[in-house]
Amino acid sequence: MTDLLHLEGICVQFGGLRAVDDVSIRVPVGERRAIIGPNGAGKTTLFNAITGVVRATSGRVMFEGRDVTRLPVHARARIGMSRTFQITNLFPNLSVAENMRLALRGLSPRKFSLLGGGGLDAAEQDRADAALGISRLHARRDALVKELSYGEQRQLELAMALVAQPRLLLLDEPAAGLSPSERVIVSDIIRALPRDLTLVLIEHDMDLVLSLVDYVTCLNNGKMLVEAPPAEIRTNSLVQDVYLGKARHNA
Amino acid sequence: MSAPSSPVPAPLGSRVPLAGLAVALGALAFAVLPLLVPTYQVSILTEILIFAVLAMAVDVLAGFTGRTPLCHGAIFGVATYVVVYWSQQGGAPVTGVLLAVAAATLVAAIFGLLAIRTSGVYFLLLTLALGMIVWGVCLRWTSVTGGENGLRGTVRPELLAGHLPFYYAVFAVVGIITCVMWRFVRSPFGLTLRGIRDSESRMRALGYNVSLHLFLAFTISGFFAGLAGALYAMFNDFVSPSTVALSQSVEGLLMAITGGIGTLFGAFIGAAAIIGLENFVSQYTERWQSVLGLMFILIMIFAPQGVIGRVRDLLTRRR
Repeated sequence: MTDLLHLEGICVQFGGLRAVDDVSIRVPVGERRAIIGPNGAGKTTLFNAITGVVRATSGRVMFEGRDVTRLPVHARARIGMSRTFQITNLFPNLSVAENMRLALRGLSPRKFSLLGGGGLDAAEQDRADAALGISRLHARRDALVKELSYGEQRQLELAMALVAQPRLLLLDEPAAGLSPSERVIVSDIIRALPRDLTLVLIEHDMDLVLSLVDYVTCLNNGKMLVEAPPAEIRTNSLVQDVYLGKARHNA
Repeated sequence: MSAPSSPVPAPLGSRVPLAGLAVALGALAFAVLPLLVPTYQVSILTEILIFAVLAMAVDVLAGFTGRTPLCHGAIFGVATYVVVYWSQQGGAPVTGVLLAVAAATLVAAIFGLLAIRTSGVYFLLLTLALGMIVWGVCLRWTSVTGGENGLRGTVRPELLAGHLPFYYAVFAVVGIITCVMWRFVRSPFGLTLRGIRDSESRMRALGYNVSLHLFLAFTISGFFAGLAGALYAMFNDFVSPSTVALSQSVEGLLMAITGGIGTLFGAFIGAAAIIGLENFVSQYTERWQSVLGLMFILIMIFAPQGVIGRVRDLLTRRR
């Protein structure tokens, strides 16, 4: 099986703090992978190292067999990495349609058009409509993003990551801060994604995550703790320890 | 102006009937007014049009890109210096203008390379410092710039010597520049700039080379400031270090803010308000700068989004 993403001994050091400590992960093409772990386990930092927001202090990031460890963020986006953000990161003063347009144009040379019209061509429009459809936002496309509800903004995060037709989709706590009913919407959206899309998902909510993915990596204190299929993660004592606290034998 | 070509109108475009009407009325006012007012005031109107271009150039960065520059007076002034110097050396005005705009664009490109790494208050201070360098050079390089005495030239072609013909020539040029700039801020590239204004990290994640776009925006904005500076050279036939001074940069920025940042056309309102007030108030009191200062304070308190922004707010609230 070929690996789409292969992390080799990734370390990220912030001053005295080693946020990610020697993490190696292989994500094969088409797999849905979750990265779980308690707060401060280094999940988002690992994401940032994958996408290039921070550079790995040591180790290598391989994407489709190519070493991308030194590539800047936008160059990694261009070869097929797309991500959402844990803290909603959209263009609040633009409309939903304009947000989608920026997401579409990121990979097209037309973004450099200085005097051209702003409209999308038919194919681009179809892609935008499809992504908005999957994310259930098609009725809101003329609204300004700052006027959307928080749940809708999370849906737009997904739509923008999707419309670029990535090879690898990285979702950073897509359901963060959502109500239980909104969580259901988001997990339905994720479940409805094309099955051949490789997905890496960070999530706190174990129930949500274990129903969505094929394989789980659990981090703790920046280190790899366990890698296993969802069913085993549920019953794994190490995972239970970091999530629920360790039972003291000598208490 | 330009009809929105997308089936999904942008927020600005959705008010096109009303906004289009306002722009048409404004253009009509600038077309007719000079026929009705005395000669002296025609030259004030000319100045308003020229400075509106400077303010629009500032707005491209401050309003659309989210980077507030304090060096555009200097970029503007570089063009003015080149045009006047060229005419003094006996060169043809057309070549002078071309050279001037090229020089201003080059200066902007160099400034851009240095400034785009920063944002917020650091960007403000760095561009301020860069502008001061230009001012210092113009003041000290006496053999070329004439130092404090400045340079006097005969730039304006014979044909445009009169106030009215010159006004209408400027009117036509500024009209074209405005159309091009409007098209520019509504283009895919313009949308990119507004995206950078709202979230740089998201733009990077979407595959945009943010630094490259910022550099291009800075250079293009400088190009337009240079056009304004070249027009100003023809208008004034004289240039001195005060043309490249910080106060010029501040004035351009204040015009953009007064009219409404991120609105482009607000530049005309801002330029008219500030230049008009300067000339009007200074007839009555030497303390016209205090009056201007007071006006800015009032605008910052009651209409921080500028005149156009305020009007837009009132209109949407009435619906």
